[in-house]
Amino acid sequence: MNGFLAILQRDLRLALRQGADSVMVVAFFIVTTTLFPFGVGPEVNILARIASGVIWVSALLAAMLSLERVFQADYEDGTLELLTLSPVSLELLILGKVLAHWLTTGLPLIIAAPLMAVMLNMDQDGFVTLMIAMLLGTPALSLIGAIGAALILGARRGGVLVSLLVLPLYIPVLIFGAGAVEAALLGISATAQLQIMAAILLLTLAAAPFATAHAVRQAME
Amino acid sequence: MADFSGSDLTCLRGERLVFGGLSFSAKSGDAVMLRGRNGAGKSSLLRLMAGLVAPRSGDLRWNGENIAEDRSAHHARTHYLGHQDAIKPVLTVRDNLRLWGQLRGVRDLDPAIDRALTALQIHHLARVTGRYLSSGQKRRTALARVLIGQSDLWLLDEPTVGLDRESCAELAQLITEFRGRGGIVVYSTHIDLDVENPTILDLDDFAIPMVEWLAEQDELEDMAPTKRAASSQEAAQ
Repeated sequence: MNGFLAILQRDLRLALRQGADSVMVVAFFIVTTTLFPFGVGPEVNILARIASGVIWVSALLAAMLSLERVFQADYEDGTLELLTLSPVSLELLILGKVLAHWLTTGLPLIIAAPLMAVMLNMDQDGFVTLMIAMLLGTPALSLIGAIGAALILGARRGGVLVSLLVLPLYIPVLIFGAGAVEAALLGISATAQLQIMAAILLLTLAAAPFATAHAVRQAME
Repeated sequence: MADFSGSDLTCLRGERLVFGGLSFSAKSGDAVMLRGRNGAGKSSLLRLMAGLVAPRSGDLRWNGENIAEDRSAHHARTHYLGHQDAIKPVLTVRDNLRLWGQLRGVRDLDPAIDRALTALQIHHLARVTGRYLSSGQKRRTALARVLIGQSDLWLLDEPTVGLDRESCAELAQLITEFRGRGGIVVYSTHIDLDVENPTILDLDDFAIPMVEWLAEQDELEDMAPTKRAASSQEAAQ
C-alpha cells in the first residue's frame, strides 16, 4: 500500500510541476466542444439535442490525448524499468499511476463538463446525471487507456496507434454515458445506464492493471 | 552465506542469439566482472540476473531457489543500475531518491538518503532539481539509489560512465564495503575499476555462431512434422 501511495504522490507532484499537461487536456476539451456549434449552426434545439453526445465524444478524445504520457516519459528515462524491478507488485504501482492520471485529467474534465453543457443549451435536468456518469466513466477511460499506453511503448508513432487501439474500447462508455444523460433529459430514470457504467468501471478496475502490467513487462524484453 | 548462480543460460534478443551455455556462480563477498566486446550481451546478462527478462533456457538460482519463483523477493534483495539514470528533471535529487526508498519500504528514509548522498559526496546537491545536474552528478545520484535500503546483490551496468577518476575510486571503495558486508556485485565496465580480485566472466567465450544455432533449430523443427505424421497415421488406423 505504501508503494501505491508513493507512486501516486510522485506522479501528482510531477503533474503539478509540469502543470501544463492538465490545463492542455481541459483546453482541448473546451475547444473541441466549441467547434460543434460552429459546424452544426447556432440552432439551440439542435445543440441541446446533441449536447450529451458531443460532451462525451470530446471527453473521450481529451482523455485519449493525455494517454501517451502515462508511461512514455518513465519508459524513456529508465524509471519504468526500475518500477518493474521494485519489490512492490507492478499491478499496484500501475493502479497508482492510473489514479494519478485520472485525478489530473478525468477530474478536471468532470468539472468543465457542466460549463460546456450550459454552452450547448443542455437542459438543467441532465447536469447531475452527466456528472455522475462522468464520475463513473472517466476512471474507466483512464484504466482502459493505460493498457493502450503500455502496449505502444517502444513503437514509433505511438500517438496514432494508441488512438486506434483505445478508441474502439471506449465505445461502451460512450454509449451508456450519453444514454444516461439522454434518459435524464427525457425524464426517465437513468439508473440502468449508470449501473452498467459502474459495472464497466469495476470490470476494468479488476482486469486493466493486470493487462497493463503484462504489457509493461513485455516492453522490457 | 548467500549463493547466486546461473546454469546453462541462453539469451535471445529479438531474432539474435546473444550468448548460450553460460554458467556462473558467486558467493557472498564475491565480485563478478563482465567483459566482452560491444554487443556480447553484458547488459543482457545483467537484465537476466535482475529478473527483467527471462532467459530463453537455463535458470538463475539464489541459494538454490529459482529466482523466477519468487520475483518480488529477488527484486527486494537486488539493486540494479542500468544505462539510464531514471532521474526526473523537475524533481530534486532528494525527491528523486525518496520514491525508490519508499518502494523498498525503507524506514527512517531521510537519514538513509543523507547517508547515501554523503557517501557519494553529492550532499550539497540534495535540493537541486534533476535538470541542473551534470551527467556525472546524475550518475552519482543513480548510484546513491543503490545505497538506499538493504540489498544482497548489486547489478551495475557500466556504473563508471560519466564519472571522473576520483568518483571511480569512491565507487570501488563502496563496492569493497558492500562486499565486506557479504554482498555480491556483478558489474560491467570498460575502464579499470580498482576492485579486489574479481571473478572475470568473458562473454565472448559464450558467443554462439548464428549458423550453428540455426542448424540446431532446423533439426528440431524437422523432427516435429515427422512425429505429427506418425501420430496421424496412428489415428487413421
